[in-house]
Amino acid sequence: MQEGWKEKMELILKILEQNARLSVEDLAAMLDKEPAEVAALLDEAARKGYIRGYRTLVDWEAFGADRVRAIIELQVKPKKSRGFDEIADIIADFDEVESLNLISGGYDLQLVMTGRSFQEIALFVAKRLSPLDDVLSTATHFVLHTYKKDGARYVTEEPDERECN
Amino acid sequence: MDYSRLLSRRAVEMRPSGIRKFFDIAAEMDDCISLGVGEPDFKTPWAIREAGITSLERGRTRYTSNIGLKELRSEVCRYLQRRMDLSYQPDQVMITVGGSEAIDLCIRALVDPGDEVILPEPCYVSYQPITTLTGGVPVPVPLKAENGFRLTAAELKAAITPKTKLLVLPFPCNPTGAVMRREHLEEIAAVLRGTDITVLSDEIYAELTYGYDRHVSIAGLDGMAERTVVINGFSKAYAMTGWRLGFACGPKALIDTMVKIHQSCIMCAPTTSQYAAVTALRDCDEQIEEMRTQYDMRRRYLVKCLNEMGLTCFEPEGAFYVFPCIRSTGMTSDEFAQNLLYEKRVAVVPGTAFGDCGEGFVRISYAYSVEHLQEAMKRIRAFLKEQGLLHE
Repeated sequence: MQEGWKEKMELILKILEQNARLSVEDLAAMLDKEPAEVAALLDEAARKGYIRGYRTLVDWEAFGADRVRAIIELQVKPKKSRGFDEIADIIADFDEVESLNLISGGYDLQLVMTGRSFQEIALFVAKRLSPLDDVLSTATHFVLHTYKKDGARYVTEEPDERECN
Repeated sequence: MDYSRLLSRRAVEMRPSGIRKFFDIAAEMDDCISLGVGEPDFKTPWAIREAGITSLERGRTRYTSNIGLKELRSEVCRYLQRRMDLSYQPDQVMITVGGSEAIDLCIRALVDPGDEVILPEPCYVSYQPITTLTGGVPVPVPLKAENGFRLTAAELKAAITPKTKLLVLPFPCNPTGAVMRREHLEEIAAVLRGTDITVLSDEIYAELTYGYDRHVSIAGLDGMAERTVVINGFSKAYAMTGWRLGFACGPKALIDTMVKIHQSCIMCAPTTSQYAAVTALRDCDEQIEEMRTQYDMRRRYLVKCLNEMGLTCFEPEGAFYVFPCIRSTGMTSDEFAQNLLYEKRVAVVPGTAFGDCGEGFVRISYAYSVEHLQEAMKRIRAFLKEQGLLHE
């Protein structure tokens, strides 16, 4: 592996995590590298799964869309051979599921999902999740308001009051 | 009462800062993008803010000694030794209300009416009016882009007269981003040794240099400490502009005189800020390095974009400004700044705000997020295209 590869890769990933709209040329200038080298690193990051996609942070509440988000806590039965992976794979395959984390503490899996209404989410839980053999219990928490998500504040920006001097 | 007759003539004749010229207009515009600020966009690192809060909780709300907290002055000495290779004793250090107050005190402590103060331009806007208020005579030395906006020995020699009292050496430089390296400073020192000229070395941007070498202070060169006042502060490196805290170090006789003036007009620098600053110097080398890395990436991004647009930029090696040449547009600095503001709502500072020789340049600050800079570059590109100056 090239010298300094890890530092370079980490820096690129950090920059892109904050701002995915920089071109290869801009990134190269910022990092003082050749565009070809940056392009190769980006290809590698995609190939190895360090970069899982480029999405947009949408504030649906600001847009006024009818959307409801919920965080659902699941207690599940781990399997002797595959632990939590089997049931987690099954749940992650539902399109409605936005994110799914195995966590420590009082329950096992934390699921985040979005629906058009409270009812839609309740039905998903009742009809799709709860009936799964390995799901022991669920607790659904509806999100009332988002203050910050993925590092971005979901508020109107404070005006920049710095003076020019 | 008719104040036009009553106000001090010297005060009335002070020119307002040219930096603000377009920003009052910009402030009234919707959707205007500013590239004008001279302060970090980062918040003060949390450890420093917490130290300030703790000092308030403990009720440390009185004046400190005029010269500043002993603990802080000792910490300044350790800091200067560690990061700038400068040796000072705590009684050679005074704590001021920002670097600005230190500039004021230094000029007032040295300059009598008729004394000449050499100002390499383009430079920060406060040296000239303070010199004039003391009755001193500013002697501007226009620096050249082809020299990387550095002061050369020949330029300095040509400006020195028997009346020269003080040389202001503002590097890393606001607005140009120029840096004087050791070899350039040696040239200047060679001219000054054996004279009675004192150097006001304004090193407020010392932590923000982007070459391979760290900042070098002229005070560290042979024979220069006795003729140099080093001015620095917490605003730029530690993102502490609102705390109003700086310091000056130099020969004891000069610092003592500066403290005497400071006693009369200020008493002491803000106490809370002084306690917070102890933590800044002690524990925050890592945080300032992180901010420096961010500035450096933005700097390279801007230099690339502006050069691509034909607004040629020499490589700025310090501070957080780029100083592109806009002569290729056929506009003056003022026209460029004004047209860009009215047509694309982007506010930049005309180079002439920093001295006549800034004509043909504008100052662009990169104390902004990359997203903000991207939008600004997009607008400047569109502006140049519409002017028929850019074909892509």
